[in-house]
This record gives sequence, structure tokens and C-alpha cells, in this order.
Amino acid sequence: MSLTPWIAATLAVALALAMPASAVAQQKTTAQSIAEYRQMLEDGNPAELFEAKGEDLWKTPRGPKKATLQACDLGLGPGVVKGAWVQLPRFFSDTGRVQDLESRLLTCMQNLQGFNAAEIAKTGFDKGEQATLAALSAWISAQSKGQKMALPQAHADERRFYELGKRAFFFRGGPMDFSCASCHGEDDRRIRLQDLPNLTKNPGDGIGFAAWPAYRVSSGEMWSMQRRLNDCFRQQRFPYPGFASDVTIALGVYMGVNARGAESIAPALKR
Amino acid sequence: MADPMRIRAQMAGDKATVRVLMSHEMETGLRKDAAGKVIPAWYIQDVSAQLNGKPVLTAQWGPSVSKNPFLQFSVRGAKAGDKIAVSWKDNKGESRTDEATVS
Repeated sequence: MSLTPWIAATLAVALALAMPASAVAQQKTTAQSIAEYRQMLEDGNPAELFEAKGEDLWKTPRGPKKATLQACDLGLGPGVVKGAWVQLPRFFSDTGRVQDLESRLLTCMQNLQGFNAAEIAKTGFDKGEQATLAALSAWISAQSKGQKMALPQAHADERRFYELGKRAFFFRGGPMDFSCASCHGEDDRRIRLQDLPNLTKNPGDGIGFAAWPAYRVSSGEMWSMQRRLNDCFRQQRFPYPGFASDVTIALGVYMGVNARGAESIAPALKR
Repeated sequence: MADPMRIRAQMAGDKATVRVLMSHEMETGLRKDAAGKVIPAWYIQDVSAQLNGKPVLTAQWGPSVSKNPFLQFSVRGAKAGDKIAVSWKDNKGESRTDEATVS
């Protein structure tokens, strides 16, 4: 009889100790299980399959002119692929435009291989030559894996595009009165269980702009930055911005310049 | 012709860890396209692995395996320089075999 209160007291202490511990453990599982899942799949990122395809497509003579893309200038000189991705979008004097990877590839495919760039831009994702672009972006970005984002801002147009991108990023509209900044303008925001990076500053290594192109496991698709942006527009219920349009490139400049110094992990793996 | 697999085989202790990425649509046969027509089933059914020509793994797969599947397994008794071959065959009869050297 005299033991009962002692046991009860011990139990109460034990419960009091157990409670906060399990609460902490539970908090860990939500945030960490996603990281754990990504780590499990890291060794087997199917983006590698697209990298192999992209490398092949770069070196194979294709299009009406039966030419390869090996003379394509991605900003570091004709044919230089290594390190090109972390310096895009940038200004190109031959076209007189600021271009991101996809729009630059369209230029090369038109000029070198004889494809119709406007037609490819109108093609749906993963169809026809759009599939080529996805594979090429996987391979080209992989050649800069581990490098730090280093977008140039020397040319006046590059700075103009940064300002344009900033305006587009904060532009509110559509039936939801959303802007990119509604979700990506503050720290520690989430959509469901996914952490949303704050893209108004450097979100860190391999986060945000430094993590695309990426393979999405849930849909089994390789997504370039253009496709990622297109989906952001869709989620805001904005009209389709147009593949490789100036507004998408400007947003790329804004996010990319903000992310300068962050390590690129592209092509990354997304859930 | 199906796209090549990516195979990596690395010694870890006395075992070789083999990682395989296969390029395959893995259609379940349950999905419908934009026009409402069923997309025919198309998936890998048989998977096998050989160490220097000797079978070390056989598996029967079905439509529940994801698109572009990833397979990882360990092989005991392998050593650096050995050849690991992986084959798959899908329900359309198409097949593919790729080889890698254990490092």
C-alpha cells in the first residue's frame, strides 16, 4: 500500500520526461524524413539517365543542317560546357539579348542545326525537341556540379534584367492576387511539408535556383528551370509566360544573382 | 532500342555494391491519356544480374515499380575487375543488357 504513491510519482516523472522527448522526435521526422528520402535516392538519381542522353545529343549531328552543338557558345566560348551553367543567364553579344540556358540552346539549335526555334518554344514539355532541351540542360548543368553560382552583372542589360526580374517577382496578380514573393519572400515558409526557399536573398547551397534542373520522382520527369518557372506561373493562376520569354529569363537573373556564391547541385532530385 | 542503363559496382568490404538505373517508362496500363484512351501497359517483368556470367540475382517485377527504376544490391565474393551484367526484359518482349566492371 505504502509503495503505490511512490510508483505513481515515479510514473509521473517518467511521463514528464518522456513527453518532450517524443515531441522533439516527431518534429524531427517531418522535416528530416524528406531529407532522408532524398538521401536514399541520391545514389540513384535518374537525372543521370538524362545526362547520358544530353551528352549524346550534344555530340550527334542533328537537324536539317546535320550539325552537332559542339560549336555552341554558352557564354564561355564555343563548345565550352564546363562552368557555363553557373554563369547563366547572361548577355550574349551575337544575339544582343540576355539569355538563359534554354533560350541559348534554342539559338544554337536554330543557327547551327537549322531547327525552328519558335516552333520548339511552342512545343509542349517533353514532346519532340523539348525533350532534347530537357536532356541537354541535365547534362550541361551537371558539368558545373559543385561550382558556385557566378552570374555576371557587368553588362547594363544584365543589370536591367535583374531589376525586371525583381519587379516580376513582386508583381501581384491573377485570381489569387499572388506574386512569387507571396511564397518565396520570407524565411521558413512551407507548402504542405515542403520547405520553401526565400529567393529574395541567397537561400544557401543547393537550394532554389542552385537546385534546378531537377528530376521529379513523383512524375518521373526531368524539369529545366523554364519548366519550373512555368509551373510557378500555373500555381499562381497566371497565364503561360511563354517558353524562354524575357520575363522567365529576367526571373532567372534575379534568382540567380541573389544566389551568387551558392553551390550548384543540379541536376538535383526532387520528391 | 531502349536507352542504356547506368551501372556502378563498387567494392565495400568483402561485398560489391551494385547500383543500377534503368531507363524505362513503366506504364501500369491503368492510366488514360488526354483523349481518355487507356495507355497500354509497358513495364519490366524480368530482371537478372550476372557476375562473370554466373547468375547472382533474378527478380520478377510488375507495374508497381516506378518509372526509370533504381536497383541496388550487394554481391558477396566479387572482387575488383569482375564483370557485372544486368539484363531486363519487358512485357513487350523488348530487352536490354548492360555491363560494368567492379571497382
